Amino acid sequence: MNNINNIPSTSPAASDVPRRTIDIVNASLKRRYARERRFRRLGAFAVALGLSFVVLLFSDIVSKGYTAFAQTYIQLPLNLSAEVIDPSGSREPATLAAANYTKLIRDALRQQFPDLTERQALRRLYALVSVGAGDLVREQVVAEPALIGTTTELWVLADDDIDMLVKGNIDRTAAPEDRRVSDETIGWVTQLEQQGRVAKRFNTIFLTHGTSREPELAGIAGALMGSFYTLLLTLLLSFPIGVGAALYLEEFAPKNRWTDLIEVNINNLAAVPSIVFGLLGLAVFIGFFGIPRSTPLVAALVMTIMTLPTIIIASRVALKSVPPSIREAALGVGASALQTQFHHVLPLALPGMLTGAIIGMARALGESAPLLMIGMIAFIVDIPSGFTDSATVLPVQIFLWADSPERAFVERTSAAIIVLLAFLFLMNLAAVLLRRKFERRW
Amino acid sequence: MSTTVEAMDKAMSVMTSAELASAQHSRETVGDFTAAEPRMVCRNVDVWYGNKQAIKNVSLDIGKNEVVSMIGPSGCGKSTFLRSLNRMNDTIVDCRVTGSIQLDGEEIYDKKLDPVPLRARVGMVFQKPNPFPKSIYENVAYGPRIHGLTNNKAELDELVEASLQKAGLWKEVKDRLDQPGTGLSGGQQQRLCIARTIAVSPEVILMDEPCSALDPIATAIVEELIDELRQNYSIAIVTHSMQQAARVSQRTAYFHLGDLIEVGETNHIFTNPQHKLTEDYITGRFG
Repeated sequence: MNNINNIPSTSPAASDVPRRTIDIVNASLKRRYARERRFRRLGAFAVALGLSFVVLLFSDIVSKGYTAFAQTYIQLPLNLSAEVIDPSGSREPATLAAANYTKLIRDALRQQFPDLTERQALRRLYALVSVGAGDLVREQVVAEPALIGTTTELWVLADDDIDMLVKGNIDRTAAPEDRRVSDETIGWVTQLEQQGRVAKRFNTIFLTHGTSREPELAGIAGALMGSFYTLLLTLLLSFPIGVGAALYLEEFAPKNRWTDLIEVNINNLAAVPSIVFGLLGLAVFIGFFGIPRSTPLVAALVMTIMTLPTIIIASRVALKSVPPSIREAALGVGASALQTQFHHVLPLALPGMLTGAIIGMARALGESAPLLMIGMIAFIVDIPSGFTDSATVLPVQIFLWADSPERAFVERTSAAIIVLLAFLFLMNLAAVLLRRKFERRW
Repeated sequence: MSTTVEAMDKAMSVMTSAELASAQHSRETVGDFTAAEPRMVCRNVDVWYGNKQAIKNVSLDIGKNEVVSMIGPSGCGKSTFLRSLNRMNDTIVDCRVTGSIQLDGEEIYDKKLDPVPLRARVGMVFQKPNPFPKSIYENVAYGPRIHGLTNNKAELDELVEASLQKAGLWKEVKDRLDQPGTGLSGGQQQRLCIARTIAVSPEVILMDEPCSALDPIATAIVEELIDELRQNYSIAIVTHSMQQAARVSQRTAYFHLGDLIEVGETNHIFTNPQHKLTEDYITGRFG
């Protein structure tokens, strides 16, 4: 009790009476609780702030992007006359494919507005439909040759300006010089709308086509496949190498100055800006080894080098968390070092390794800077069908679209971000589920 | 007992504890450290962890069909000594073993000797039950499988059953062999670990405080089991419980700060200790 009595008291009179410990404790208790409450409130505020930014980000992107999943079409009675499409009557795909479907669409448009005869006005009228509308009709006819010789109501893809107008992104009441669509065109669209010939339908083009200069024909399938091939190869390369390196460093390598140096360098590599890896890929893989540029192959090699440190570090942590008693048990019955690792330690460390790998893959999926260095920024319309086809990836596609002037690319950019975020979310979800499924207790 | 040992006993009996403390670095083992039918023969074993010497000049035999218990205060090196008997210390960086340890006349620290088959011959049961996070069957079958001890599934089944029988666990688990070994109780887990060890039919079994994590009932079952296992195996057991040493072992070795102070018949050690330190320890004056 002596040292407690020695605590200096605020009032000199009180010092005569020995204070009990519990009084001192009670005196400070209120302050301690207040401090705890302040800390909790601060924490809750920080979480709320973070969440509100996430909500803001997502609502902004979704509100801008969801309209891209619908696309305006104009219904026109197309006279698919056999004389134009298939004069010989052979119904051969080559003949059907070569026919001039744009002319059929223009004829149908002219029928809707029979008063128009002037060349210039007709040209403006033809601009209501997309330049790719003829190709889409051709696909339909080739798939369904029975349509030939009939006059069928078909939904024809509208131009992106018309799409924006119908979606309300172009203000009809604004001054004519402030909008891209003239009063004349608005009049035609209004007339078609009144006839029920204009409708928004689900935008399959966005999900099945490669990119295009025309927003209404641009899709993310090319970038998606490019990302898929890149990630697949990255995973196939980086996971075995990363796990092998971690296993060797953690369990087999002697602990000396060299392995310490390697460990420090792996940690350093994890923090290297990604564009540096892009430069390395450009110099080594493209410059020295001559691997074709802007292909998933070279992208995967760069991504492998980039994700390896992440995977190695995560795998080493996972290996460290396996209790030594399991190793001793296996060694104790006469398992060799390799058997101990592969039969007992690796299965227990695998969930952690997979989590690390998926997080590395998620980072690789969202990466664009190093890919710009190796030519993935090229404008590639064709959907890649292999590791050595020219390709681009989702983040680079987003970057390219964000740079495009057309109003319709704004919503496509946001829609592509939604798709990218959805994949990132799915990958992180997979990481959590895998960990849950394979986690074993001992 | 030889005449030299008797002479030494005499000398010890006149030493005071103060003299014993001053004579710490020149301790000779009191008692006969040899066994009639030795399985493992250790002579002048030193174990070092870096610059720290954990075992100082220890000589001890482990005989056929006997249980040798090793007792002593914490940090006295008894576990270290046990782990050097099947080269488990190899996994520890900086650990060095010198001297001679022979299994059936074969030097186990010989450079040419492979520790993997050695550990199949000298099995080990650990302090904390450490079944693999696999099924009960897989736990026992693992050793025989990697060593290729059986030719087919039927033989393996038989071996698993026999091992579990010997470990006294068969009746409790025969209906749930496919369930995880980690789901068993602590005592059952330790017996599963014993079954796993004897499934590879070792010659010597090392037990490092096998009952320290168990309750008295499970301890009694394991101790009974140790006594039965003695019929077929040589057993070295490290224990903190002197009662356990008295119950299960034929010979007892008392370790103190890395020295092997005294070895002898268990009943002899506990009723008539020769060395002052042994006496102090078993009468509870320290430790």
